[in-house]
Amino acid sequence: MDVALMMRVFPFFLEAALVTVQLSVLAGGLGLAMAAAAAAARLSPVAPLRYLGATYVSVFRGTPALIQLFVLYFGGPQVGINLDPFAAGVVGLGLNIGAYMAEGVRGAIVSVDKGQAEAARSIGFSRAQTMQRVILPQAARLMIRPLGVNTVALVKGTSLVATISVVELTYTAQRFIGSTYKPFEIFGVAALLYMVMIYGVARVVDLLDRRYAID
Amino acid sequence: MQGLDFSVVLPYADILWIGVWWTVVLTVSAAVISFFVGILFALVVLYAPAIVAYPVRLFIWLFMGTPLLLQLFLIYFGLVQIGIDIPALVAGIVGLGLHFAVYNADIFRAGIAAVDPGQAEAARSIGFSRFQTFRYVVIPQAVRSTTPPVGSNMIALLKESSIVSVIGIAELVHAAQLAISETFRPFEFYITAALLYYLLNLVLEAALRRIEARVEMSR
Repeated sequence: MDVALMMRVFPFFLEAALVTVQLSVLAGGLGLAMAAAAAAARLSPVAPLRYLGATYVSVFRGTPALIQLFVLYFGGPQVGINLDPFAAGVVGLGLNIGAYMAEGVRGAIVSVDKGQAEAARSIGFSRAQTMQRVILPQAARLMIRPLGVNTVALVKGTSLVATISVVELTYTAQRFIGSTYKPFEIFGVAALLYMVMIYGVARVVDLLDRRYAID
Repeated sequence: MQGLDFSVVLPYADILWIGVWWTVVLTVSAAVISFFVGILFALVVLYAPAIVAYPVRLFIWLFMGTPLLLQLFLIYFGLVQIGIDIPALVAGIVGLGLHFAVYNADIFRAGIAAVDPGQAEAARSIGFSRFQTFRYVVIPQAVRSTTPPVGSNMIALLKESSIVSVIGIAELVHAAQLAISETFRPFEFYITAALLYYLLNLVLEAALRRIEARVEMSR
């Protein structure tokens, strides 16, 4: 075990971990926005919107994230979309996780008791008011767990952008393994940082979940 | 911007077909490993003495907290460091298998733990052995609650098998990359690969629905 090597490379990994965090935050934000839009579309009374929402979710959940990233980054220029690796990573990961998050959001909304909406409508709330004041506050609690699980998956998924040469944790690990031939040490440092982030997110989700638990 | 022309894909149908075949082989072999190792890990965590259970729990914890891509690098490039040189295909299958075994183990563990202890007590009290209790009372009930989540893991496994392309296994993504290196048509080939994954996914989902229906019927 070459601890000196681990200490030496640590600063580089810290910098790379920051890129992983940036990717996670930006892609997570995009994912949430996509999820809200897709869930709203799928629950909309307008049939074409429902169809559009369902297609987005089905396509992005039915194909590998890696391929989605490759279509965007390598295929994009062919159809006039030129993104640098980081931007492609954010957009690709965001669209992918958005489809999974959409199911969490939709699931939470539909599992709020129907009687709640009926009661709100019968005392004169509009559809929008019912959604905003009655359904969403209750659904929000039910979204914490699925959205949290998706966020953990997203942090792990950010490693995929190493394949389009974004200098994040996995890419940095790959480069150092190539130059030092010490995969266990290098992997140890990268793994440590991933685990700090992943168990950090999981812990926050746990706390939120308990804080806002219905019982 | 070049025009899109999907007819470039046709001459490479054979290569893509071989890629599909290897994707299926990878997914099925890794699924089998993830299933049996998952059960083994769950049993160890639940019933084995601490000295055995603790390392397994540590392993599960480590594998859950790190990305598959990094795990593949560790297995493929890391084992060489300690003198174990395994072919990419084996590394891919083992890596994918262990990655999902850890998630399956968690599901199996929870599924077994969720069976009411009264059930086992009742079985023991009418004279079932420990093994019989497990085989005829606990497992059938645990199987029902674990089938759907293990099924979604298998769907995830099919998609994540794409990641082993990075260590050079000739599966679907790799086949697409090969064709792209000759034609310089990434859009058409990656879209085709995505479509093939989508179809594989539909087939797998249909199969899982049938399995779930059977498990449900055996109630």
